[in-house]
Formats: sequence, C-alpha cells, structure tokens
Amino acid sequence: MNLILFTFIVLLGFTSYYFGRRKAYTIQSSKKRLTALPQFYGYYLAIWCAIPAFIIFSLWAIFEPTIVKLLVLSDYSNQGYLDDELNLIYEKTKSLSRGQFTGEITPFIEASAEKYLSLRSIAQNSKAVIVLSIIIASVAYAYKRISSNSRTREPVEKFLNAVLFTASLAAILTTVGIVFSLIFQTIDFFKVIPLFDFVFGTHWYPAKAFVRDSSEALDPTMYSDTFGAVPIFAGTFFIALIAMCVAIPIGLMSGIYLAEYASSKVRQYAKPLIEILAGIPTVVYGFFAALTVGPFLKELGTSMGLEVSAESALAAGGVMGIMIIPFISSLSDDVITSVPQSLRDGSYAMGATKSETIKRVIFPAALPGIVGSILLGVSRAIGETMIVVMASGLAANLTFNPLESTSTITAQIVVILIGDQAFGDPKTQAAFALGMSLFLVTLCLNIVALRVVKKYREKYE
Amino acid sequence: MIKIKAKNVDVFYGKKQALYNIGLDIEENQVTALIGPSGCGKSTFLRCLNRMNDVIDICRVKGEILINDFNINDKSCDVVRLREKIGMVFQKPNPFPKTVYENISYGPTIHGMAQSKQEMDEIVETSLKKAALWEEVKDRLYEPGTGLSGGQQQRLCIARAISVRPEVILMDEPCSALDPIATAQIEELIDELKKEHTIIIVTHSMAQAARVSQNTGFFHLGQLIEHGSTDKIFKNPDNTKTQDYITGRFG
Repeated sequence: MNLILFTFIVLLGFTSYYFGRRKAYTIQSSKKRLTALPQFYGYYLAIWCAIPAFIIFSLWAIFEPTIVKLLVLSDYSNQGYLDDELNLIYEKTKSLSRGQFTGEITPFIEASAEKYLSLRSIAQNSKAVIVLSIIIASVAYAYKRISSNSRTREPVEKFLNAVLFTASLAAILTTVGIVFSLIFQTIDFFKVIPLFDFVFGTHWYPAKAFVRDSSEALDPTMYSDTFGAVPIFAGTFFIALIAMCVAIPIGLMSGIYLAEYASSKVRQYAKPLIEILAGIPTVVYGFFAALTVGPFLKELGTSMGLEVSAESALAAGGVMGIMIIPFISSLSDDVITSVPQSLRDGSYAMGATKSETIKRVIFPAALPGIVGSILLGVSRAIGETMIVVMASGLAANLTFNPLESTSTITAQIVVILIGDQAFGDPKTQAAFALGMSLFLVTLCLNIVALRVVKKYREKYE
Repeated sequence: MIKIKAKNVDVFYGKKQALYNIGLDIEENQVTALIGPSGCGKSTFLRCLNRMNDVIDICRVKGEILINDFNINDKSCDVVRLREKIGMVFQKPNPFPKTVYENISYGPTIHGMAQSKQEMDEIVETSLKKAALWEEVKDRLYEPGTGLSGGQQQRLCIARAISVRPEVILMDEPCSALDPIATAQIEELIDELKKEHTIIIVTHSMAQAARVSQNTGFFHLGQLIEHGSTDKIFKNPDNTKTQDYITGRFG
C-alpha cells in the first residue's frame, strides 16, 4: 500500500516536472524572456510536489502509531489496568492482527484486534487521500503562479543546498552520537572499575565477569584485578609494530619503484595488482594468518628448536603488515609522483643519478605525504580486528615475545560482545571503555599526523 | 675556438620528428642565443647538449654532438661526468626544497668536490658571489631557498649550476618568469659569466638575444634556418624567414 502510494507520488513528481517545463516553453514561445532555463520551472514544480509529501509522510509516521494505540486502548481505560499491562494487551492485539499470536485468545483481545485492523486501514486510506489531495493542490497552486518573471532558479538552488546540508549534517550527527554513546557507557564503567585499575592493571580477565549472577547486587571488589588493560594495550601496539615493520619498508620501496623506476607499462599493470591486496576481505587475511602462516611458523620454529605458539603475534602482525602494504605503497606512489618534474630535472642536470635524486631531493620533498600515509597505516593496524581475532589468540598475555600469542583491544571487544550481553553490566561496558580508548588513540594519531604534515609543509614551501 | 660541434642531429619524440639534421658550431667563452617561434625545437636542441632528453622515455637522438672533440652521444659517454661539465638553468626557477646553502652544496657533494666543511663553505660563497646573490642571501644561508623572490631563486639556480665549475651553461628561457629588473640582473650576470663559461641561451625575446649574445641561431619547424654572428642575423640576415621573424612579421 505504502509502496503503491510512493510510486504514485514519484510519478506525480515527474509529471509536475514535465508540466512545469512545458509551461515555461509555452511562455518562451510567446516571445517573453524567462528568468531561468525551462528545466528550473520543472524542478520547481517537482519540489512543490516532494516537500508536502515528505512532510505529511513524516508527520504520519510520527503520530499514527500513538493515535491508533490510544484509540484501541480507550476501551480498557477505565478498568484499572497498569501501564505495563496495557502495553502487553496492545502487543497481543498487534500480533493477533498479524495472525502470529499463539497464546490464549480472549474475546476481548479479538475485538481489539479487529478494531486495530479497521483503524489501521482507515489511517492508511486517509493518508493516501490527504497526501494526494495536498500534493495536487500545492502543485496546482505553484503551476498557476509560474509566469515569465517568477523566480524559480533561486528556490531550486536553495532546495539543493538544504538537501546537501542535511546529508552532511546526518554524517556529523551520527559521529557525535557514536562518541556520546561511548562516553556515557565509559563513564558508567569507570563508576564500577576505578580508572587507575583499568589504565595500570596488568591483569585482563573479563571472563571472570561472566560468572556473576545478574540478580545479585554489584560488588565492585570482585572485579579488582579483572579489567587491567595494560596487557591488551601492549599487545595492540606490539602487533601494530610488527605489522609496520613489514609494511613500511616493503610499501615504501614498492611505492618508490612504481613512481620512479617502473616503466609506464609495468606501472600500468603492477599498480592495480598491488591494490588488489587492499581489496581482499580481512576475514580472508585472517584465516590465511591462522591456518597457513601460523602453523607454518610453528613448524619452522620447532624445526629450529624454538617454542612457537600456533597463534603467534608474529603471524598476526606479519599478515596485517601485508594487508597494509598497498595503503602505504599506493599513497607514497601518489605523493612521489606529485613532486614536480622540475625538481627532478634540476637534480639530473647537476649530474645526480636516479638514486641520489630520490634520496636527496624527491624523498625529502615527499616526506610529509609519506609520513601521512604511514600514520594512516598505523591507525589501520591498531583498528584491525579480524586478523587478530582469528590469528593471535584471545588470552591477554603481557608479553613482548613475537612467538607467543597475545591479544589486542579490538579482539577483546569482540570476545566481550559475542553472545549474550546484559546492558549495564561492567563486562559489556568494558567494551565501550576499550572502544573509547581505541578512538582516543586513533584521534591522537590523526592529530599528530596532521601536525607533522603541516610542519614539514611550512619548511618546504 | 669551437667548443661544441653538432653534426646531423635528428631528434624524434616517438614517431614525430622534432629536429631535422641540425649542424651548429658553438664558440668557446661566448654567448650563443637560440631563437625561434614556440615549438620550433630550440629547447629540444638545448636539452641534447647535456643529454637531458634521456629523461624522456619516448625521445631518441641521432647524430653527433662533439664537446671538446668527444661525441657525447657515444655509448662510452658518462652522463654524470657530462652533466658536471655542462650545467643547466631552467625556464622556471626550480630551487630544491632545501636551504640556500644546501641548494649550492648539492652538486659539489654528489661529485665529491669538497673534502672539508671549509672547502664547501668556500665553494658556496664563490658560487653565490659569481651569481651576484651573495650580498642578498649571506644572512639567510640556512633558510629555505624556496622562500627567495623569483629573481633571487633564478640566480640561486645559476649559482647552483656554476657551483661545480661547468665549462658550458645551458639556459632555457631563464628570464621568462621574471620581471624586467630581475631580467636585467640576469643579463648582466650572463655577460659576466661568459668570461669563464660558454653560454647557450634559448630566448623568446629578440631584444634579449641582441643584448646578450655574440652568436645567434634561428630555428623554425625543427630546422636550423640560419646561424651566425648576432650582428649579422639581426642587421642583415640571408634568409627571408629570419628577416620576417626578427622584424616581428610572424612567430
């Protein structure tokens, strides 16, 4: 029903565009000069069709359920039910009307279900009638107002401006919303767990919180030595470090090769091939690390007499590094390519060789961009989840041995939030606290990256 | 004294021929101007003289270019040594994004010309003095070269070019991005530099060619139409095309 109505309104929109433009052409053919191109008249009418429709639809969506509920429940109003019971009755009514109710059907509820259905259909029909009539009225009004000197371009431009503004506002509000939800849950978490224990505690064992019976009163003392985040922060940075040890040299060198040494033909094929690496889903990297690289390293280690965990930090970090290579190589390639040719010419004309030119002129000039790409890679490494969940183990060991298993912030968030969770439980809130710290770390990295880039730019331009 | 002798030089960009059978002798310690309308191949010819066309993938150079009787297009020619001997100044000032000092010390460093910091300081000072820039930048040697004015930047590039004591300096429209005052300074400088260096300058300005050069070559559509002493080319050219170009009837 809604779909039909919607289609109909869209059709009406197109029709009004057509009529608006036609009227403009008619005015034009009578040798009068228009104030805007004919299609603006069309858009103008289409907007007069879209805005009222949008307003009525949203009003309806807001008020219809409340009004229907009020009317259905008015039958019960004087019988001394509590609010909760009324809600239950209403839910039963709704599911009965959809034919999904499985409990005992009383005549009372059956009657309300019928009433509910009839109210819904009245609401639907009246919505259709009201929307269509208002649209037609508004389009007709606008159509009559169109004349050779009516302003249509400005309203259309303003409308577009408003639409674009709303879109960006939506993105910004979502970000703000996410940050706020993080903040409030984090604050709740730190009401139970002292900040000091979280930041400096060296023992992370959230499973301890699983055993709590949620009906028992919360006893903060039982969580001491449970949520100490040092091991997972250490694990996160350690794995990121291993990843960057792989990604920076390989990525940078392949970026330099692509930008300076590769012939245009090689570049044409090699660049997309490297970028395919960026297109591989992280899950695939994850099981590559967990099922191929991990066991391989274990065997290799055993044959050399080393104790290697099957879920070693080295496997996870190494594979993560491979994942990050294309970011660094592609970005640094772009940055190096954008260094002006005149600098290269200047250096070659002095008798410098290619490698001297790269080392002494191009690399310093491209440094801000390269640093930016590296920091981008670091924040990818810190935020990467799938590879560590699958390949690096979930036990939060405090270790800096790359052959042992360790865990990261992201992996712990996954561990905590998989399966059933109770809201308001320190265990769940711990995930928010971790998310918040992750967010802060990445934010700081980005700020540092911007600072570095800006500083070098001042120096070099 | 003939410093450079070009014989039967052809240049191709891919399949397109840019220069046809150029033969030109360049006198030592004189200024030779190359003039001609845009796209006539004068810059391409200039870039042949220090093999800068090697940088362009699709560019091929044929023929002989003898510098001190040695063919630089020969396989045995070491481009690094060649470019040490033949300096170049470009159309747009292109100082490196480094300090003034590092801009000058760049060439001597890569050619290992200074054994100590003192020697390097000396090279930097003499180069800047020869380029008539020393007085203006002696207090800002450690500031970025890109912070100088356009004319100063171009003189910095000239100082950079002479820092390795080249025998020849190639200048590709060195004043086209500069104002008249900076242009006058550079022209004065060219006059000074020719005592120690052989200079070849590509220019679009007839007046500049007449002012600074002793010899002139006129290029048109990839051919060297006429060359000879600047006096003769400007006052009494043999070719009507040269006459037309110089008097501004085409170009």
